[in-house]
Amino acid sequence: MIEFKINGRHTRANDGETILDVARREGFVIPTLCHHEILGSDGRCRLCMVEVKKRKRKRIIASCLYMAESGIEVSTETPEIQLIRRTVLELFLARNPASEVIRYFAREYGVIDTRYTRDNDKGKCILCNSCVKTCETVVGVTAISLSGKGPHKKVTTPFDGPSNVCIGCGACMAVCPTGHIYMEDRNGIRTIWNRRFELTKCPRCGRYHAPLAQLEFIAQKSGTALDRLTVCQDCR
Amino acid sequence: MMASRERLYAIGADYRKAISGYDKIVKICCGTGCISSGALTVYDELQRVLSKRGLSSKQILVKKTGCHGLCERGPIVVFGDDEILYQNVGKRNIERDIAALLATINEDKIEDELLYKGDDKTKRYMSSFDIPFYSGQTRIVLSLNGVIDPENIEEYVGYGGYKSLHKALQMNPMEIVDLIEKSGLRGRGGGGFLTGFKWRSCRQAQGLPKYVVANGDEGDPGAFMDRSLMEGNPHGILEGMIIGGFAIGSNHGFIYVRDEYPLAVYRLSKAIDEARHHGFLGRSIMNSGFDFDISIFRGGGAFVCGESTALISSIEGKSGEPRAKYIHTTEKGLWGKPTNINNVETWSNVPYIIDRGWEWFQSIGSDRSKGTKVFSLVGKVKNTGLIEVPMGVSLREIIFNLGGGIQGDKKFKAVQTGGPSGGCIPEEFLEIPVDFDSLTKLGSMMGSGGMIVMDERNCMVDVARYFLKFLIEESCGKCTPCREGVRRMHEIVDRICRGDGSMGDIEHLEELGKAIQLSSLCGLGQSAPNPVLSTIKFFREEYRTHVQEKKCPAGVCKNLITVSILPERCTGCMRCAVECPVDCISSEKKEIHGIDQSLCTKCGTCFDVCRFGAVKIS
Ligand SMILES: Cc1cc2nc3c(=O)[nH]c(=O)nc-3n(C[C@H](O)[C@H](O)[C@H](O)COP(=O)(O)O)c2cc1C
Ligand code: SF4
Ligand code: SF4
Ligand code: SF4
Ligand code: SF4
Ligand code: FES
Ligand code: FES
Repeated sequence: MIEFKINGRHTRANDGETILDVARREGFVIPTLCHHEILGSDGRCRLCMVEVKKRKRKRIIASCLYMAESGIEVSTETPEIQLIRRTVLELFLARNPASEVIRYFAREYGVIDTRYTRDNDKGKCILCNSCVKTCETVVGVTAISLSGKGPHKKVTTPFDGPSNVCIGCGACMAVCPTGHIYMEDRNGIRTIWNRRFELTKCPRCGRYHAPLAQLEFIAQKSGTALDRLTVCQDCR
Repeated sequence: MMASRERLYAIGADYRKAISGYDKIVKICCGTGCISSGALTVYDELQRVLSKRGLSSKQILVKKTGCHGLCERGPIVVFGDDEILYQNVGKRNIERDIAALLATINEDKIEDELLYKGDDKTKRYMSSFDIPFYSGQTRIVLSLNGVIDPENIEEYVGYGGYKSLHKALQMNPMEIVDLIEKSGLRGRGGGGFLTGFKWRSCRQAQGLPKYVVANGDEGDPGAFMDRSLMEGNPHGILEGMIIGGFAIGSNHGFIYVRDEYPLAVYRLSKAIDEARHHGFLGRSIMNSGFDFDISIFRGGGAFVCGESTALISSIEGKSGEPRAKYIHTTEKGLWGKPTNINNVETWSNVPYIIDRGWEWFQSIGSDRSKGTKVFSLVGKVKNTGLIEVPMGVSLREIIFNLGGGIQGDKKFKAVQTGGPSGGCIPEEFLEIPVDFDSLTKLGSMMGSGGMIVMDERNCMVDVARYFLKFLIEESCGKCTPCREGVRRMHEIVDRICRGDGSMGDIEHLEELGKAIQLSSLCGLGQSAPNPVLSTIKFFREEYRTHVQEKKCPAGVCKNLITVSILPERCTGCMRCAVECPVDCISSEKKEIHGIDQSLCTKCGTCFDVCRFGAVKIS
């Protein structure tokens, strides 16, 4: 059993738990933007930074990645931590002015406005990588990725074109914390990632329910007959 | 073929015997710098004329060597044991220069024109030992650069190469780790981490196999230290790595070289093949039972790929994004296995330490920075080039003695150390010893050894803007403070340079810079604010003048200056009018000149060419 302190209070952690895991369980508030309960985090947004004191040495670390350790003292509200949070939020406010999630967080942490020129070409994406991980590890196709570097980094399909491996499942859209990913179902057609997918009509209720490409993918993966899958879940 | 100690000695003896058969040795620098100024033509021509019977009665060995350091004056040709150094050979008149080389070979006739000229243009130096640029140096890792033919393993062995490997293989691996630790060697890739300590944690780490990696990415613009080592003495790096592999308990090494370094890749590959052939690499090295091999990995050439975790991702075939280092790469590196990464120059030091002992190494350098450091000295100094000096020499010594002072005898303003994310150090600190800790204390850093000298015509705000621009392009974009913050720092600094700075900008830069330093994921972001913070620290007044008075004291920021001609000084020589790229200077011979302000682009050409100090930038 690992024992350590958060803001002066004794806490216990299990092996393999991050500081963020423990802090949340114990009711401490640490803001995060790129962390996802199931997908974890790659430490991208830097909103969750906290100070860790280990013997004499103080370090500022990403709580979503740092494993709890015996004897450390964690502080979540030092002036430096507050500076980092405000800075990150102000920067995001300038990058994603349209994002409600960012505006909410900014307000929550007292960032009223941004002093920087607002981008109007970057949408709401905070580059958390959750959609990419979902597509790759949960869905099992790699239709999208983070590409480009520096300020030009973005999540996209290969060469920004219609991806030929995407199955139109929409899992990426469902996981996106900011609503950046655009998906639309209309007249039996699903549009996502610059590609149009034909939706399958349930032979029983006549409702459009899933892209044919997705059903084919599932059929192939699971060995279920395609005509079973074309029947929607409600009618099955 | 397995090499034993006898075989090692035999190669050395054969080489020395072969060498003693020559009357003269001519070394032609064939580093990238000299090749680009025509060294290969000089080599081919000289070989061609020498092969014509009767042109020389002597036995001549002409060889291609690695970089000598004075690339700017290349092609460089050196005779014998550095008795004569010729510069700019074949640059103006190849036939005449080849004839001169022949005359030196046949009749020991010295061609004055090709000798190195001193500052006063009258003194000529014959031997490189006398040129201050060289005589002020202590060459350890560069000692064979420019001496041996890097494509010939026998030369390396003939000069004592692979002797240390043989010695190390008789030792207990832990003894080697101790020895490296006691020597005080610190990583030359930037961080200055204690090498022996790193080796120890990798040796003790759980998991097999283990890997050793040589970092030859060298992303700093203008830096060529590591390239010169890889091109000039590849076996020195291999030998260091093999010893390291043995000490750590690894059987496989990688050399990460950026793709823009084809010659380094070629020479390293050749060295690996030859070392394998002689039994210094491969199975049971020198009959010791220790197996070790090395492969080369060609990196795509992004600056951030030099960062150790990004480098690992890159070798693993993933995108070059760094990851948090809460678990050290010595424990979980390549494919999750213990991995020891050292810079190319760090590895190059290892054979020398094994050979001469830790006490010897410890005796060189300063208190907490031992040994020497290779720097690329560039910018407004007279002698730009590659130098190796003991740690702890002063900046003044490097810039004014080795570097020969400031070009055009202008006033020194600052020196930027540590590459794009280093800092600028002003005149008042010229006496500080150049070592890891002193530079860090000043808000700069050692980095991989770039050193850019600036004079009064460099605007510090503009310099900061330049480095920020580079860093924006090179940020991988993974984490917010670096990806977004650095470009916003640039936004502010750019505004200041354009004359749109406002009160509070300087404090804003300090605050944003601090946040970026504290919260970025990797060393790139953590040090990216350095160029701004260090210039604010030492040249705050210059920032203030830009912001409040809308003036650029150095006369660089175009929106903030006017260029005019002082009538009382102008002689009407027309020089400025001829050189002005936009023809905005009215000119009649012997008349006082004037500048059409509506056309002037403020390039400063007139200022630089006027011999009478008649052009004023204000
Ligand atoms: C952005 C960045 C770029 C780097 N580039 C290089 C490089 O080009 N070469 C190098 O040896 N080390 C580079 N480093 C340092 C490496 O991460 C690593 O610390 C070093 O290679 C370890 O070797 P050493 O202990 O021998 O210095 C870089 C670090 C950062 C943060
Ligand atoms: S919709 Fe396409 S990109 Fe999104 S998760 Fe499904 S397969 Fe991947
Ligand atoms: S699109 Fe959404 S899920 Fe994907 S990286 Fe951007 S914010 Fe994250
Ligand atoms: S600090 Fe910069 S280079 Fe490093 S991970 Fe973050 S964005 Fe990438
Ligand atoms: S170069 Fe100087 S002296 Fe000559 S014409 Fe121009 S301003 Fe006058
Ligand atoms: S939540 Fe930890 S870095 Fe984003
Ligand atoms: S390449 Fe010849 S001196 Fe540097």
